[in-house]
Amino acid sequence: MPHQASAGREAKADLVVTLHAEGPPENEIRVESSAGRLFGDRIREVADTTLRILGVKNTSVEIRDRAAFDWTIMARVEAAAKRLYPNLEGEALPERVSETRPTLRDRMRRSRLYLPGNNPDLMQNAGLFQPDGVILDLEDSVAPAEKDAARILVRNALRAVDFGDAERMVRINPTPSGLQDLPALIPQHVNMILVPKAESGSDITEAANAINQIATRVGMTDPIWLMPILESAKGIWLAYEIASASEQVAAIAFGAEDFTRDVQAERTVEGRESFVARSMVVLGARAAGVQPIDTVFSDVENEEGLRASTTEAISLGFEGKGCIHPRQIKVIHETFRPADADITYALRVKAAMEEAERTGSGVISLGTKMVDPPVVARALRTLRVAEEMGIDCSALAPKQD
Amino acid sequence: MADMVSNAVERLVPTEVNGKPQVPFQGAGKYEPTGRKAAPPIRACHHYGLDKRVGDLRAALEKVGLRDGMTIGMHHHMRNGDMVAVALFDAIASMGIKDIVFAPSAVFPCHEPLIQHLESGVIHHIEGSMNGPIGKYASEGHMRGLGVLRSHGGRYQAIQDGDLHIDVGIIPAPSADRMGNATGAYGPSACGSLGFALADSEYADQVIVVTDHLVEVPCLPWEIQGMNVDVVVEMEKIGDPAKIVSGTTRLTKSPTRLLIAQYVADFIEAAGFLGKPFQAGAGGISLAALSFIADRMRERGLKAPFARGGSTKVLVDMLEEGLIGAILDGQTFDLDGVRSIGQNPRHVPTTPFTSYNYHGKGNWAPYVATAVLGATEVDINFQANVVTHSDGYLLHGIGGWQNTLFGECSILAFPLFRGRIPIVMEQVTTVCAPGELIGAVITERGIAVNPKHRNGPMILDRLKGSDLPLVTIEELYDIGRKMCGAPQPPRTDREHPIAVIKWVDGTLIDTVYKVNY
Repeated sequence: MPHQASAGREAKADLVVTLHAEGPPENEIRVESSAGRLFGDRIREVADTTLRILGVKNTSVEIRDRAAFDWTIMARVEAAAKRLYPNLEGEALPERVSETRPTLRDRMRRSRLYLPGNNPDLMQNAGLFQPDGVILDLEDSVAPAEKDAARILVRNALRAVDFGDAERMVRINPTPSGLQDLPALIPQHVNMILVPKAESGSDITEAANAINQIATRVGMTDPIWLMPILESAKGIWLAYEIASASEQVAAIAFGAEDFTRDVQAERTVEGRESFVARSMVVLGARAAGVQPIDTVFSDVENEEGLRASTTEAISLGFEGKGCIHPRQIKVIHETFRPADADITYALRVKAAMEEAERTGSGVISLGTKMVDPPVVARALRTLRVAEEMGIDCSALAPKQD
Repeated sequence: MADMVSNAVERLVPTEVNGKPQVPFQGAGKYEPTGRKAAPPIRACHHYGLDKRVGDLRAALEKVGLRDGMTIGMHHHMRNGDMVAVALFDAIASMGIKDIVFAPSAVFPCHEPLIQHLESGVIHHIEGSMNGPIGKYASEGHMRGLGVLRSHGGRYQAIQDGDLHIDVGIIPAPSADRMGNATGAYGPSACGSLGFALADSEYADQVIVVTDHLVEVPCLPWEIQGMNVDVVVEMEKIGDPAKIVSGTTRLTKSPTRLLIAQYVADFIEAAGFLGKPFQAGAGGISLAALSFIADRMRERGLKAPFARGGSTKVLVDMLEEGLIGAILDGQTFDLDGVRSIGQNPRHVPTTPFTSYNYHGKGNWAPYVATAVLGATEVDINFQANVVTHSDGYLLHGIGGWQNTLFGECSILAFPLFRGRIPIVMEQVTTVCAPGELIGAVITERGIAVNPKHRNGPMILDRLKGSDLPLVTIEELYDIGRKMCGAPQPPRTDREHPIAVIKWVDGTLIDTVYKVNY
């Protein structure tokens, strides 16, 4: 057994906790903090409470803090304690402040903001930028040695951070090892689990089964959706199988970085190498009746590039785009907004449809032109999207003439 | 310790500071000054040759007859690049002179070496904004007299009214001639406007211009007039250009600050202030807000008659594009500002007399619609603090902050917490402004309009139906408390004041105490 263990990072809104075994009977806690004059006592108290909940005694604790919030302090103390005492069971959960409402399978998922799972600083304000979803990431943004600490931090964030109206998503590690991430997450009202490197339908059924077993055990009745991420040749090839593997799959997403490497292509600005793959994701998703979601746009500074990439994604049929920086959210939402002229046209089609229903006519027509059913369906969809985006359609109603 | 009395914001203030009787704050616009302005002694031109230069700083100080206990004034346009103040006090120390009162318009971290002169007794105390290390030194109770913090306008007012008598005014000047005419617009240490030196040049008994760039007579434009100057002295370097102004002022990339800036622009537009004159600054949020405001003015074809600066590239671009009619510049923050003030006749230097002096026949501050400002704390009565932190340390000066609160709507914009330290308090640690002058508090978690501000009800009315995240100040307080918890009260020694805070009219609004940590 190790004699001491640490957890946490030397970073803003984070702290490094070091636990030494064989301390005095009452835990001894020393705090050094940039907010110490105002919150030193509180930090000590939070650390002490965490250790009590976990049943840790005879330990001396050193904390070097850079103004972390309580839920982060609790997570770091727990992570250090579990590293020092690997058999430690139990969880020290912070008070729940965030909303726990369930989400709809086909809700709007235009933007999803990736948040590194071991970085509390970026989590606290993420909801303020109003993405459709936040992704607390346990996979690529977390170093292998920090997976345990990130899992605890993400669990606490799901309880203690208010993400506003954003759908609360977690990207777990690839299956099967990634299934170990689930027990900490499922009881905390996570809305959606992202399964990276999905390569078969059974990857997804496995994940769904694991989720549902935990949910049943802890009495969670809210739906927990799945978003497999297809980022290999094999995953893309089996897009339909993956998308239709479980009723809980609400969307499938394309991951460009790993895909490009997997097929040994060169990544180009215009994305020629992934054009077919992206289209296959759209086809697989549509065939299975789930949402196709596009990859991230990684050049944060390039707003015009993001706009162009989003426009292209929309034209291919995608319903969402990933974000790695909050400033991308607004651009993506603006790009997904239907044009005023399209809304006006959709309103005319809807009026024509209602008119046809009223008169019992089987044919919907605008002026002298007949309107085909797919056009009507598209118009109704435009109006539904506009309504979801909070656009006041009445202002765009066609002029009576 | 002097007797303490309670003032109009229910803060205890001393009846006497450094031997001078004081008036407690009576409420905004309540105190009526009497008497006549101070004046320097009359001099005759036949005592001054055509060349006022002497060999070095020490010779200059000897020539003006510096003695123990005198007060020295100085402007801070050299900001964190100033090389004059430390050289000056080294010279004074070498002359064996003690107990100088130093009354600059601000000190900066580069002035940390002055602490040794405070320790050795060369400087008795500092009357001026105290930033960083010197503020910390004073907070820990090491300074002999009481610090007196004044706003930029308040310093002018105090010198003009004779509350603060300057024996020797030191004027670092990026360009000057042998008569003493001086400008900050060009020279290797160019700083733009020299406005903060005006009071010293007009009212000090003796005036010394210090330059590293002597030009032929006449130095044009003569922002400082040679006929107010006693001595000119050359130094090899008066400042480090890289620290006087920034090359280019960078816009913040912090998503939270950008969000706040967005709310500021939304608020200004929704409240009907877009296209009206405004106060500009160089703070991260205020600068980002300005660039959003410029976009909206462009979209709507609006033009503001003028802006009061704080000039920066963003503001200069607006002037050159025609979005604003003129820049009235109090201090120039970057190289674009310096270039513009040197070339553009609609970019003019201003002084604390024209901009801010409360004891004058008007000033520019109330002519602006909005000013976007920071604060270290604000409380649920909208009282605000810019000088101390919640742990009691005095770490910032007032600057022009108090002076800019008189427009149609002053806006305090900041993240709701720094680290985990909440900004909205039940009671601010130090009151720097009464709540009635704060128009709105804008944070990433909501906008609180002050219903007790004179324009508060009108603004609230205009915001009806907007989609701005309007909250009350109490709600902001509750959010901060919920997220951060309750901070421990500062450990201060209430028996041991270390500084006082002046209101713009020279009355005392609050007291700062020694910290015990």
